[in-house]
Amino acid sequence: MDMRSNVDLVDRRPALVDPHEDFQAITKRVAAPIEWKTPIGWWLFFIPSVLLAASYGGSVAYLVWEGTGIWGINNPVFWGWAIVNFVFWVGIGHAGTLISAVLFLFRQKWRTSINRFSEAMTLFAVACALSFPTIHVGRIWLLYWVAPVPNSMLAWPNFRSPLLWDVFAVSIYGSVSLLFWYVGLIPDLATMRDRVTSKLGKFAYGIFALGWRGSTRHWRHYEVAYMLLAGLATPLVLSVHSVVSFDFAVSQLPGWHTTIFPPYFVAGAIFSGFGMVLTLMLIARVIFKMENIVTMHHIDNMAKVVLLTGSIVGYAYAMEFFVAWYSGSQYELFAFINRATGPYAGAYWTMVTCNVVIPQILWFQKMRHNIVLLFIISIFVNIGMWFERYVIVITLTRDFLPSSWGYYSPTFWDVSCFLGSFGLFFTLFCLFVRFLPMIAMAEVKTVVPEADPHPEEAATGGAH
Amino acid sequence: MSNKTFGVLAEFDTPASVFEACEKVRDAKFSRWDSHTPFPVHGLEFAMGMGRSRLPIFVFACGISGASGAMLLQWWTSAVDYPMIIAAKPFFSWQAFIPVTFEAMVLFSAVSAVLGMLFLNRLPRWHHPLLTSERFKSASDHKFFISIEASDPQFDPEKTPEFLHSLGATYVELVED
Repeated sequence: MDMRSNVDLVDRRPALVDPHEDFQAITKRVAAPIEWKTPIGWWLFFIPSVLLAASYGGSVAYLVWEGTGIWGINNPVFWGWAIVNFVFWVGIGHAGTLISAVLFLFRQKWRTSINRFSEAMTLFAVACALSFPTIHVGRIWLLYWVAPVPNSMLAWPNFRSPLLWDVFAVSIYGSVSLLFWYVGLIPDLATMRDRVTSKLGKFAYGIFALGWRGSTRHWRHYEVAYMLLAGLATPLVLSVHSVVSFDFAVSQLPGWHTTIFPPYFVAGAIFSGFGMVLTLMLIARVIFKMENIVTMHHIDNMAKVVLLTGSIVGYAYAMEFFVAWYSGSQYELFAFINRATGPYAGAYWTMVTCNVVIPQILWFQKMRHNIVLLFIISIFVNIGMWFERYVIVITLTRDFLPSSWGYYSPTFWDVSCFLGSFGLFFTLFCLFVRFLPMIAMAEVKTVVPEADPHPEEAATGGAH
Repeated sequence: MSNKTFGVLAEFDTPASVFEACEKVRDAKFSRWDSHTPFPVHGLEFAMGMGRSRLPIFVFACGISGASGAMLLQWWTSAVDYPMIIAAKPFFSWQAFIPVTFEAMVLFSAVSAVLGMLFLNRLPRWHHPLLTSERFKSASDHKFFISIEASDPQFDPEKTPEFLHSLGATYVELVED
C-alpha cells in the first residue's frame, strides 16, 4: 500500500481509518469477534482471569470474616495497599473518559476508533477501584453509613471530609461513565440485533437496543444528549481525581499537604490510563484483526499523550522537591529526602524510572511505531504508576515524631487482593470483547469520507 | 388491523442521495415522515426541516435542582438537624460542600440527559412496524432510508412510492402495520 492511499487528499492528514474500509466493511470487521466461534486465544485469557477473580472473591471473603488485620496495615500506616490499589485503578479509569469526552469536545475525530474500548476499560477499572475502599472499611455491612440516610445513631455523614467527597465523586463517576458508555452503545446494539441469527442473541441485543431504528428524529436528540454527557464528563473527570488527591492533600501530613496534588494527580491518572489503554489495545487489535480501524496513527497519538503526561508527572516530582525545600519546613523537606533515600527508596526510584525516564524514548517516531517496544513501555507505565501511589501512601511511615514512626510491609493477603483485582478487571474485559462491539461502529462510520453528505464540496476543497 | 399499511419505506445507497431526497420530501410538505441512517448524517435534521433539540433546557433544570438539592441536604444535615463542630469550622461551611454539590449536579444532569433523550425519542419501543421489514435491517449497517407514514395527509399508496422512486430510491416497499 503506498503512502498516498493512507492520506486524506483534501487536508493532507493521515486518513482516520484505512481507506479500503466502507460502511459495510466496518460493520463486518467490528462484529466479527462477536460472530466468530470463540477463539482459543480468548479462552487462554478468560480462564486464568476467572480463576484470579475467584481468588479475589476468596480473599475478600476471608477479609470480611477475619478483619482487615490480615493485611499489613498497622499504626501509623492505616492505609496500605487497599488505598494504593484504589488510586491506581481509579487513575486507570480516567483515560476512558478523557478519550471519550475531552477529545470529543475538541473534535479529535481519531478518538472514534478507541473510545468504546477505553470507556469499557474505565468502567471495569472503576469497579475494581470501588471494591478497595469498600473492603478497607472492614465491617462492610456498615458501609451505608457513608450515605446520607437516617440511621440508628441519628447522625449524618460528615460532609466536610474529603473521604466522603470521594465516595460521592467516584460512585457518581462510575454511574455517569456507565451512562455515557451505554448511550454510545445503543446504535451498535441495534446493529448487532439486526445481524445476529441466534434467538437468544436477537432477544438480548434487542432488549438493550431499546428499539433503536436510526431515525434522524432520534439522532437529533441523541447527538445533543451525547454532547451534553461529554460536556458533563469532562469537568467530572477532572473533579474526581482532584477529589481523590484531596484525600491526601487536605490532611496536614508532610509530603501530602500540597496544592500541586490535584493537577499532578489528574496528569498521572491520564498517564496511567493511556498506559493501560495501550497495553490492552496493542493485544486486542492484533487478536481481533482491527489494524485497519485502530491504525498506527491512533497508536502514535496515544504514545504522544503518554509522553506528554509522563513529562508533566516528572515535572510534578521535581516541583514537589523544590517546594519542599523552598517551604523552609524541615518536616516537608525530610519527607521528600526520606522518599528518595529512606527505607522505600527502591519504590521511589522505580517510580521515577518507569514514569519519567523510560517514556522519554517516545520522543522518537521510530520508537512510537515499534509495537513490541510500545507494549513494554506501557507495562512500565502501569508498574510505575502503581509505585507512585505506593510511595505516596507509605509516606505515612515517618511523620513528625520519630517515636511514632513505623514500617510497613504487605502480607500475602495484600498481594492476593491486588492480583485478584486484575482477575476481576480482565474477566470483565474478556466478556466485553466477546459479546459487545469493541469499536463504536456508528461513530467510526461518520469519519470515513463517504459519510459526507456533500462530497462535491469536499472534492473541490470547499467548506469542511 | 393486521393488513393496514404503516407507510412506505424507500432505500438509498449514499448519505448524499438520502440528504437530497430528504430536502425534496420536506419541500413536498410531508409531515409524518422520517429518515433512517446507520450513523448521524451531518446536517440531515436541518435538511428535514427540524430545528435544534430542546433537550438542553430540561438538562439545565435538572442540573440546577441536583446542585441546590445537594447543597440544601448538606446545610440541613450539618447546620440544622445535627450541628457538630468539626475542625472549628462554622456549621454551614459551604466551601467544603462544593465538591458534593458539583458531583450531584453532574449526576442529575447526566441522568436527565439520558432519560430526556429517551423520552423525546419515545424509546424504548421494541415493536415498531419498520423493524418487521427484512430490508430495513441494513439501516443499522450501510443503507439509508426514508419512511413516509400512511397517516400523513399527503400520503397516497400509489403516488408516494413513485415520488420516492423519482428521488433516486434504489428500492421502495410498503410496510404493514
